[in-house]
Amino acid sequence: MGNVFLIAEQKDGQVKRVSLEILSELTRQGVTTTTLVPGFGDMGQVAESLVNHGAHKVVVLEHEGLKQYNTEAYANAVFSYLSSQNPTAIITGATSHGKDFLPRVAAKFKAGLVADGISFQFSGDKVSVKKPVYAGKCSKSVEFSGGPAVFSVRPNVLPTQAANKSGSVEKVTADPGNVKAKIVSSVASQVKKVELTEADIIISGGRSLKSADNFKILADCAATLGAAVGASRAAVDAGYAPHDMQVGQTGKTVSPKLYIACGISGAIQHLAGMRTSKVIVAINKDPEAPIFQKSDYGIVGDLFEVVPLLTEELKRLKSQS
Amino acid sequence: MNIIVLIKQVPDTETKVRITSDKKGIETNDIKWIINPYDEFAIEEGLKTKEKLKEGTVTVVTVGPDRTVEALRTAVAMGADNAVHVKVDGMLDTYLVSRALAEVCKKENGHIIFTGKQAIDDDQAATFSYVAELLNYPSATVVVKCDISADKTKATLEQEGDGGAKNIIETALPAVIGVNKGINTPRYASLPGIMKAKKKEIKTYTLNDLGLGSETNKTVEMDYQLPPERAAGKKLSGDIPAQVKELVRLLREEAKVV
Ligand SMILES: Cc1cc2nc3c(=O)[nH]c(=O)nc-3n(C[C@H](O)[C@H](O)[C@H](O)COP(=O)(O)OP(=O)(O)OC[C@H]3O[C@@H](n4cnc5c(N)ncnc54)[C@H](O)[C@@H]3O)c2cc1C
Repeated sequence: MGNVFLIAEQKDGQVKRVSLEILSELTRQGVTTTTLVPGFGDMGQVAESLVNHGAHKVVVLEHEGLKQYNTEAYANAVFSYLSSQNPTAIITGATSHGKDFLPRVAAKFKAGLVADGISFQFSGDKVSVKKPVYAGKCSKSVEFSGGPAVFSVRPNVLPTQAANKSGSVEKVTADPGNVKAKIVSSVASQVKKVELTEADIIISGGRSLKSADNFKILADCAATLGAAVGASRAAVDAGYAPHDMQVGQTGKTVSPKLYIACGISGAIQHLAGMRTSKVIVAINKDPEAPIFQKSDYGIVGDLFEVVPLLTEELKRLKSQS
Repeated sequence: MNIIVLIKQVPDTETKVRITSDKKGIETNDIKWIINPYDEFAIEEGLKTKEKLKEGTVTVVTVGPDRTVEALRTAVAMGADNAVHVKVDGMLDTYLVSRALAEVCKKENGHIIFTGKQAIDDDQAATFSYVAELLNYPSATVVVKCDISADKTKATLEQEGDGGAKNIIETALPAVIGVNKGINTPRYASLPGIMKAKKKEIKTYTLNDLGLGSETNKTVEMDYQLPPERAAGKKLSGDIPAQVKELVRLLREEAKVV
């Protein structure tokens, strides 16, 4: 299987879970991996988590220019390290950053790329990656020919697994190269939000919420569950929710443990963004709504009645335990 | 200023997908083809940029079989000045498509290159980045606002970041920009535009013309599968409060997720 590299992602010295998910899967398949961590500052915790999930070797690519994510800097740093390593596979998480810099790495190697894989399988010197296409109406398995296999893996679809391993950690000074586009300022969202793609539980609302104010009903329930709030595109287009809350083919792709769809019909483009959720609950007043075909549990009813009751019941349960 | 817009023709999202009997692809007979919706925003941004700068040309480029000329004509009908078709038969992967697009950008001397942040058929969301790297240009994606400096050497972009953050990016030009919904409202083709588009001469290249005659795909599609059907679940019964109680119990005891 040759020289397999995972590019782990971290933010402020905390590793992203998707990196551990990929590593766990590689360990399960018995693939020896070198894990690269572009960043700056104390990467001790990141390295430790990676080793605890089976990393044989962690290489911190350190440079001040990698403190904040930057497309060109990440791609340059990763490539300048890998160019002498003869990689056979280069893998990262299909996060907003991973999807952004990985094609540049592929281009530098004149290699092919599969983005947003939901599973992968190494066998001998081949690797096959499966990814959904056509809004998840089908999926395809792809292999590589000529050049390294470069692919990203969707967060939350693979389980993490601690491994009893010892791995080495080293630090090298990275070369972020010449950067021509830079983030000069960034305004965080007014409300502190759980990032949808990283949430374990998501409660989403559709057009039927009827106003931005009404999303508060969902926010209350989310607060009880420690969940993130999502929305359908119809709700976003109507201005009830900002675009970064959109779940679906052209919004965020999520696979939480629990997805609660409130007043969402279940259009194919919405399903494309959440069908890999482990458990799906639908609350819809139309018993014929297609979302019921895709859910594990369904309540036929008015969300304005159901959701507040649900919040109450969850609170009650929480106060007991 | 040469404004280039990279577009892709994709199946309409309502298309019913059927896998071919050899499982190597999908049946394309009954497909209604459209311009990738994100590329429509890119076309509009190209046209608006030209209008704001009061100069320049907008060139739309696509890679694909003969049918994709239709997408180019639609873009010309919306107002694009020129159209370039890289004519290929068979499936090209993201790598080879990007190589071809990058070569055209070089030939056309593109100063700002717009494209959609993703295509809704394969959802790779990779082309803007591949092309930028091949050209050694900077890039940014999920862009919802683009302002070009008076001297046309820089652009200030607004990008939607994670968790609803708003990032302001400054980039040198030339650059490749992946646009998101919300950046503008694409115009409709005008009647004179449609007439013009019918007669428009479209520049055509083959991979050979672009010096890519010996290049091949770097990925191989093995097979297509339908997604595993989710068994339709339990619809709960009883009055609403009882259903809610039962739901929470099931989530806790059966599904073990709360
Ligand atoms: C290119 C393209 C990309 C797209 N991308 C996305 C995407 O990323 N994400 C996305 O979500 N959509 C996307 N769409 C849109 C998608 O096709 C649907 O239009 C959209 O998902 C519908 O949203 P909705 O379910 O909120 O609204 P509707 O389809 O209008 O459904 C509303 C539902 O609410 C129910 N309801 C009404 N009132 C109540 C009540 N009081 N209590 C309970 N239930 C109630 C109704 O029975 C109905 O089922 C895309 C479309 C296209 C063409």
